[in-house]
Amino acid sequence: MLRMIGGRLMTTIPSVIGVIIVTFLLTRVLPGDTAAYFAGPAATPQAIAEIRSKLGLDQPLPVQFVSYVTALAKGDLGQSLTTGQPVTADLAARLPASAELTLAGLLLAMSVALPLGVLAAVKQGSWIDHLCRVVATAGVSLPVFFTGLLLVYVFYFLLGWSPAPLGRLDVFASEPPRITGLFLIDSLLAGHFETFRAALAQLILPAVTLGIFSLAPITRMTRASMLAVLGADFVRTARASGLTNAKVIGTYAFRNAMLPVVTTLGMVFSFLLGANVLVEKVFAWPGVGSYAVEALIASDYAPIQGFVLTMAILYVVLNLLIDLLYGVIDPRVRLEG
Amino acid sequence: MITRRTAIAAGLAAPFVAQGKLGAQTPSRAETLLLVQEYGPNSLDMQGIGSSQPVNGVALNCYDRLLRFKPVPIPGGGGNTIAMGELEGELAESWQIASDGMSCTFKLRDATFHSGRKVTAADVKWSLDRACTIGGFATTQMNAGSLEKPEQFVVVDDKTFRVDFVRKDKMTLPNLAVTIPFVFDSELAIKNGGGDPHAKEWLKNNVAGSGAYKVESWKPGVETIYVRNDAWTSGKLPQLRRIIARDIASPSTRRALMERGDADVSYGLPPKDFKDLLDAGKVNVVGVPIPNGVWGCYLNTQVGPFKDVRLRQAVAWVMPYEKLLQASLFGRGVDMSGGPETPKVAWPQPFPYTSNVARAKALVDAAGGGFSTTLYFDAGNATVAEPMAVLIKEALGAIGITVEINKVPGANFRTEIAKKTNPMVLNRFAGWLDYPDYYLFWTMHGNNSIFNIAAYQNPELDKLIDAARFAPDKAAYEANVVDFIKLVNREVPMVPIAQPTHDVALQKAIGGYQFQPCREPDFRYLTKG
Repeated sequence: MLRMIGGRLMTTIPSVIGVIIVTFLLTRVLPGDTAAYFAGPAATPQAIAEIRSKLGLDQPLPVQFVSYVTALAKGDLGQSLTTGQPVTADLAARLPASAELTLAGLLLAMSVALPLGVLAAVKQGSWIDHLCRVVATAGVSLPVFFTGLLLVYVFYFLLGWSPAPLGRLDVFASEPPRITGLFLIDSLLAGHFETFRAALAQLILPAVTLGIFSLAPITRMTRASMLAVLGADFVRTARASGLTNAKVIGTYAFRNAMLPVVTTLGMVFSFLLGANVLVEKVFAWPGVGSYAVEALIASDYAPIQGFVLTMAILYVVLNLLIDLLYGVIDPRVRLEG
Repeated sequence: MITRRTAIAAGLAAPFVAQGKLGAQTPSRAETLLLVQEYGPNSLDMQGIGSSQPVNGVALNCYDRLLRFKPVPIPGGGGNTIAMGELEGELAESWQIASDGMSCTFKLRDATFHSGRKVTAADVKWSLDRACTIGGFATTQMNAGSLEKPEQFVVVDDKTFRVDFVRKDKMTLPNLAVTIPFVFDSELAIKNGGGDPHAKEWLKNNVAGSGAYKVESWKPGVETIYVRNDAWTSGKLPQLRRIIARDIASPSTRRALMERGDADVSYGLPPKDFKDLLDAGKVNVVGVPIPNGVWGCYLNTQVGPFKDVRLRQAVAWVMPYEKLLQASLFGRGVDMSGGPETPKVAWPQPFPYTSNVARAKALVDAAGGGFSTTLYFDAGNATVAEPMAVLIKEALGAIGITVEINKVPGANFRTEIAKKTNPMVLNRFAGWLDYPDYYLFWTMHGNNSIFNIAAYQNPELDKLIDAARFAPDKAAYEANVVDFIKLVNREVPMVPIAQPTHDVALQKAIGGYQFQPCREPDFRYLTKG
């Protein structure tokens, strides 16, 4: 098992190096002059040149690259010009917010999509199968910022059930002591139930937005995979042996149907990190997505490089986890590894 | 009667009430202002390189300057604006211009920094020296008021400070009231500066001032919380004890927060939202025509078809002014067409052009007929500039000029206008110091600043602008202004379209709105309830 993890990790090194080079080049090749942008109003050419040399942008590309990699080796991702803070600190402060939102959205989607998909497969052609199809189509055809705005309009603006979309906490609530950075967990650990409730209330709408968006692929994959398994010989054998329906579906069929679903979950998680960008904008969520977009608009190189690198590492870790999960679900995968 | 808002307020206040003693010390909702804005400061030091627009707000509220602009009522009501040239003391208790008119001596008020130290003339000198020598925007802005070198700033004694003038410049004193020459606690800054004589890194993340507010917490990109400095003596103690400024990127979310009554003040909504809010009447919208600000269409006078002045005039004659004002600014601005032949001493002011297709067509024909060209604008301004560009394209099509619209992302726009090769550019420029010569110095003078988008070069105009900048008396000044406005009326390197309105949405309970040339919220005058 350890050897497998080691081997998988080794294969990721080239991709990480590739990501470093590509992001570096891309941010330089893209049009837009950071120095001109940050020289501010009424900038003279001289002021722009001053800023350029301060940022090291007047150096040749290889020199800039070497200094970037050297700093990177020390864990320094550079300074963000839009927030004025070190990128590492910014990302560390914002990553938990994105993670909490994404995980909440994914859990929500799974808790609806898995039962729905299984039911649709078991009762193929029934009303629940049609419902499944409608939900999947609707979810996937609504752009996430639209769902977000719609939910804000209905549940905050019209009905007033949801709190103001002001980010992770109401303005008058104070943050729980930082342990994991996930407010729901930290507030429980600290025993601040008031804060927990406030954080949960803020989280519901954006998480539902993400959940609706990711419902479709999970439901469809669960349904298709269950259908394939339900038609397999071993299920027929199990039924013929007189096992209860619940046992057949729950233990034999579901477990075997899970492999492709786990793969889909990995993909959906990646989607969600991307979709986050827009949801964070609508709900003023202080996550990494909105951070990266703002940096991109301002030609602020360091945060973009930091963001892409973080995401790349995140995906690598995620893929590794999924590979390991395969082994847990289906021991044959482990042997092959 | 219990309304929804009082219920929310009570609900929000409940935890503080329940906490008893602790609650008594925490400012209640009635003393706290919730401001929502598109984005917040990226530094706490407005003199630093790369400081974003909202940093002006930090400089305004957390630091004191020698002078400040005097509030004057906004003609339509709703609060106060400022009159350029009418000043009152902030750190200065009094000031006196020397009889030869070549220096000004300031008597300092008995003020203390947030650290508890007394403000001295040495602090003022350190701060003004810094602004003059730090480079970038701060130094450029100081130079705009002939504040050019540290030798001009003299410590007479602890409480007396003198500024020597390099020349007589009417903008010198107003320029001391903008958000650049503010006063730092120099000892504190030097102590924490780590050897940097300007303490740039430390002051970027820390406030060392004597202003009416202190920064309690600053999470870049999320929120900035200000608390009142109860020891402030440079003005009337503000009513609000705490200000929470949240960064909310989505304008529709900001509007929803305003309409629901959850946010107290919102800056920077698209003009349509302001118009809708105004029409609905649930919240107040205060609009001030931006002093020294114009939306204009710049026509390149050095390269491309618009080298020919007849074509520039043709564009000025064909602009659908009224439509532009209504469709892109939703009426939130002042029309810049149909002015008198002889200009007034004011900027911006309507040019003598109106929408007259026949006249425009005749000019195009005289210049050799139609052609194709490109119109650029900043994607960051798209809500206003995009409909504007489409209407201009349509109007120019009628006189045989085919326009291709080119929307440039914000980061590239500066690069584009710096090239000075684009034939047509839509842009909004607003100068802090409200003088005609100031605006033209940046946008049409031969110094060719980045905002001279038309790349206009005319020694005659330069001479008039320079003469106006340092005119010895009012009559000479006014004569120069009239002459150079006449000249640009005729030459039209830029077709002025509208003077935009600076709008702010406030709940009905919020009073004391104060407009400042830096266009950031001034918390010191705001009241609630």
